[in-house]
Amino acid sequence: MSSRTVPITERADNPPVVAPGHDYRSVTQVISDVVLEFPLKRDWLIGFGIVAFFLSVLLVALLYLVLRGVGIWGINIPVAWGFAIVNFVWWIGIGHAGTLISAILLLMKQDWRTSINRFAEAMTLFAVICAGLFPLAHTGRPWLSYWLFPYPSTMNMWPQPRSPLIWDVFAVSTYFTVSLLFWYVGLVPDLATLRDRARKRWQQIVFGIFALGWTGSARHWLRYEMAYLLLAGLATPLVVSVHTVVSFDFAVSQVPGWHTTIFPPYFVAGAIHSGFAMVMSLAVPARAYYGLRDFITMRHLQNMAKLMIATSWIVAYGYIMEIFMAWYSGGQAEWFMVVNRMTGPYAPLYWLLWLTNIFSAQLFWFKGIRTNTIALFVLSIIINVGMWLERVVIVITSLHRDFLPSSWAMFYPTFWDWATYLGTIGLFLTLMFLFMRVLPAISMTEMKALVPPPAPLPTRQETVGHEMSVQT
Amino acid sequence: MNHENGNEPAVYGLLAEFDTPDQLLAATRAAYDAGFRKIDAYSPLPVHGLAEAVGFHKTRVSLVVLIGALCGAAFGYGLQYFMVALSYVHNVGGRPIHSWPSFIPVTFETSVLFASIFAVVGMLAMNGLPKPYNALFNAPRFGLASDDRFFLCIESRDPKFELDGTREFLESLNAYEVTVVHD
Repeated sequence: MSSRTVPITERADNPPVVAPGHDYRSVTQVISDVVLEFPLKRDWLIGFGIVAFFLSVLLVALLYLVLRGVGIWGINIPVAWGFAIVNFVWWIGIGHAGTLISAILLLMKQDWRTSINRFAEAMTLFAVICAGLFPLAHTGRPWLSYWLFPYPSTMNMWPQPRSPLIWDVFAVSTYFTVSLLFWYVGLVPDLATLRDRARKRWQQIVFGIFALGWTGSARHWLRYEMAYLLLAGLATPLVVSVHTVVSFDFAVSQVPGWHTTIFPPYFVAGAIHSGFAMVMSLAVPARAYYGLRDFITMRHLQNMAKLMIATSWIVAYGYIMEIFMAWYSGGQAEWFMVVNRMTGPYAPLYWLLWLTNIFSAQLFWFKGIRTNTIALFVLSIIINVGMWLERVVIVITSLHRDFLPSSWAMFYPTFWDWATYLGTIGLFLTLMFLFMRVLPAISMTEMKALVPPPAPLPTRQETVGHEMSVQT
Repeated sequence: MNHENGNEPAVYGLLAEFDTPDQLLAATRAAYDAGFRKIDAYSPLPVHGLAEAVGFHKTRVSLVVLIGALCGAAFGYGLQYFMVALSYVHNVGGRPIHSWPSFIPVTFETSVLFASIFAVVGMLAMNGLPKPYNALFNAPRFGLASDDRFFLCIESRDPKFELDGTREFLESLNAYEVTVVHD
């Protein structure tokens, strides 16, 4: 609670992390009222209806998949990894910004992360759920997906840990579990606040159960903070490892365009690029609708926009290095792959990728755009599309024409490819809609560390005579 | 809230309420200096130095996490060694049976997984959570400990605890209010 040093980023020309005039009580009120008091409005129900419709599209698409098999998608040899893998990589990448914001920025003591971390962690969880659906569905027999895990089976067989696909099973399941733990641990003190503020009996019971009897004891806080810090320290290398392992799924193979050492860092940077875009796409409407502009300020949106400039250049470096290495390797198939990407049947997607992912992010250099929420929202959607196109380009253009021209073929997505993809967006947004309603979307505990501590109550001030009364 | 007759349930302790984190910190230090040991301070957010003030200096969370990480690493590596070198020996591309570099990613993931689970379960277990019933919840204003109020509790199992004297002591610390908490 001692006074914090003011970093350079809090100079007068920067909008504050928290709007002035807030104290502990107003933080509690504004954030917990969204959960406890906010009325169920008609426009929320309409929005929820739309996203729930797409969720039901997903259920239908998955049901049809189970009935008919993966032949309902456009995949075939040579493009056996179609939308399923594109979407898997896209979703898991989106999840990564959540961990970056909550863990890495915590370790770097970036105060501004506080109001968006809860929200970003929820985004991570839901994105990983969407991501996990795709490889399971892509196995063709999802009811046998437990075969992916090592267990003593009557077949006397074990998974093969020399394959990146098994690394992926461990990486993604670990990532989901650790993200869930991190998110829940962060929620416990806030759940206690909700328990104490709830007036309806059932709310007191439900929040009481999940708050685990949290009291805010000094001993508990010390262990809690240590555990939280260590979780952040564990999640930081984990998030890098997860997308590295995802990129190994490609890089360890010999397919031209996949077999390259730039993949791990380039995938991780791309993941963060798309993740920030998704946080932006969600935060801009949410802060307006729930009246959270005081806590998710322009400062947050601007910082994310600036980070996206940086990640766009790392990603651009990856694109350029892919081209350079293909040329420098002297491999005929590698160079052909680059030329085919730029001028072949999927060339428009490749150039659209540069436009949406790299060039559009450069608009964030302009202050007028960084401070305009509508522009930020539109650009973040464009970057999300761009990062999806990146995975399309990587997966499909590499596979569709490899070493043997007699095996070349085109990939065209079917109705069910699109239905499954849009369906997972519906699942993701449905979970986000519910999360914003039933849990505090901003960490009250951590926000309180950013506002000035309360002054002694006026009625007591006359009797409190000595030095401990007015220190702040 | 008064302590007039013997029909009341047993006294858990005395709870003093404060307005600010600094007041709580000063009061807690004063209580510790006065010889009270079964004390705890409650705040809506972590207050730097408060755990030390109640006489709690070192957590063992990091040790538990280290043990978790080592268990996870041993489990992950051992599992893979068992799978491909003992139980289901299989030549893949002429690589050695014990091809350790390809075991590293899974070993890393299981280390992180076990360490994280140990961190959370260990932290909760050492804190004695989940604890659905806590005598402090009987205090009417204690709910504000998760909002914007600060509390110091001197528990009745402290050898120096005696109702009237301790209450006077707490009141002398400029508490906003001192209440008796019953079990």
